[in-house]
Amino acid sequence: MVNTQVTLSGLTLDNPVIPASGTFGYGYEFAEIYDINCLGSFSFKGTTREPRFGNPPPRIAETASGMLNAVGLQNPGIDKVIGEELPKLRRVFHKPVVANISGFSVEEYAECCGRIDREEGVGIIEVNISCPNVHCGGMSFGTSPESAAEVTRAVKAVTSKPVYMKLSPNVTDIAAIARACEDAGADGISLINTLMGMRIDLKRRAPVIKNTTGGLSGPAVFPVALRMVWQVYNAVKIPIIGMGGVTTAEDVIEMMLAGATAVEVGAANLVDPLASKKIVEELPRVMERLNIENLTDIIGGAHNG
Amino acid sequence: MRNEIFTLRFNREIAKNTFEMTLSGDTAGIAPGQFVNIRLDGFYLRRPISVCDYSEGSLTLIYKVVGHGTEHMSSLTRGARLDLLTGLGNGYDTAPSGLRPLLIGGGAGVPPMYALAKALISEGKMPAVILGFNSAGEVFYEEEFRALGADTYVTTADGSYGIRGFVTDAMDRVRYTYFYTCGPEPMLRAVYGKSVTSGQFSFEERMGCGFGACMGCTCRTKYGNKRICKDGPVLTKEEIVW
Repeated sequence: MVNTQVTLSGLTLDNPVIPASGTFGYGYEFAEIYDINCLGSFSFKGTTREPRFGNPPPRIAETASGMLNAVGLQNPGIDKVIGEELPKLRRVFHKPVVANISGFSVEEYAECCGRIDREEGVGIIEVNISCPNVHCGGMSFGTSPESAAEVTRAVKAVTSKPVYMKLSPNVTDIAAIARACEDAGADGISLINTLMGMRIDLKRRAPVIKNTTGGLSGPAVFPVALRMVWQVYNAVKIPIIGMGGVTTAEDVIEMMLAGATAVEVGAANLVDPLASKKIVEELPRVMERLNIENLTDIIGGAHNG
Repeated sequence: MRNEIFTLRFNREIAKNTFEMTLSGDTAGIAPGQFVNIRLDGFYLRRPISVCDYSEGSLTLIYKVVGHGTEHMSSLTRGARLDLLTGLGNGYDTAPSGLRPLLIGGGAGVPPMYALAKALISEGKMPAVILGFNSAGEVFYEEEFRALGADTYVTTADGSYGIRGFVTDAMDRVRYTYFYTCGPEPMLRAVYGKSVTSGQFSFEERMGCGFGACMGCTCRTKYGNKRICKDGPVLTKEEIVW
């Protein structure tokens, strides 16, 4: 019997597979077709202080081996998430969840994280300082070490839950930003958010996405994500949740060899609603084939090679 | 939602750039006005296609070739196995239709009217149907609707077949108790303006997942935000913001 357990800041997960924020809603759609309690955890839809409609449509475009989205942080706001979505979510998922929090000011991040701090079912707070699809917020906090550290400090001051800062790949030196978060007290790093991209409709001679640009995800970004997890692993001592194009159990192993302690699965859930379940089921078989007894043994394992 | 593997039986061009695909597989849980989301080799996102007709073990889809994905679909041959998500979307509610509902389909919006017409007829109602196309070469399913026993009117924008003009030019000819419509948005807006009863509209949008997870196709309604794929594609006249 192989051991798929991993531990993130004292929180032990049955396996490292975590559906990524924005690709799993609050879990209900997936609970219709499988028991989502097989997952290590899941990161719920990014939440802001106020309710948000998000960007005008079209918000989605297809790319080679991936997709662009410019949803723009559509969410019902922290009050409704705590009052309505979390109680509903508890009925379909019985393990601690990852609460994904976004914002447009340092104060907003702190306020939302302070509110989430009191929620028993939340195991980790994942602070999104990397949304590429909103203006005057989101990614702008994650593109300099100073502002990333400022958000980290503000959030750490209001919660005793583990805080994972979710970083943007749209930067020149991701290691410096990860280090700044660690120095400011972050308990872990989540990476990567989507890569900014665009498509143009040849007939209309205009961008496919109304917002002009969107965030690229899917297998197309996997090598970039892997490289950044590798760099951040070299730069910090805190645990990493790796994500970006993860589609198979082999991808999970690869992310962990690069330095991830757990792995989020994003776009794959959208094209195959059973993707995360299949990865969870496949993982022990892949571990056996690769002579891996304990999954934790391989974290960062490729750095010794 | 269900994830089922279907086998292609027929795939033929029935009008200009318009294909009818018949598949065999488990159709449990499929309802009129819903859609399926089809995985295609070489394409990352699935292709959402409205349900035209279904019976136990058999599913008929009609789609227009508009891009590389649908072009690939049109090249598939008998025996091809396709991964489908079925039972997607809310579908039409037949309860408020009254005895004489009017079904208005435009172009690629015609197919969902077929399963709906069958369902209404099986409930003892007598639907009338208006089918709108650009020109004679694009007309399809006129005979199929007539064979169901529905009063069927065909319009073409260039007047090359049937009534010259748009679906709204045929609406005056019919007395109806309620209406159902699907088609391009300018047509839906025109029907909205012309209609004299309540009714239901089926919408299209670029989708990520097709089952409510990604928020890629959200629209505003009078009763809050709705996901076209999950809370729609059918919205009632009363909730649309136009």
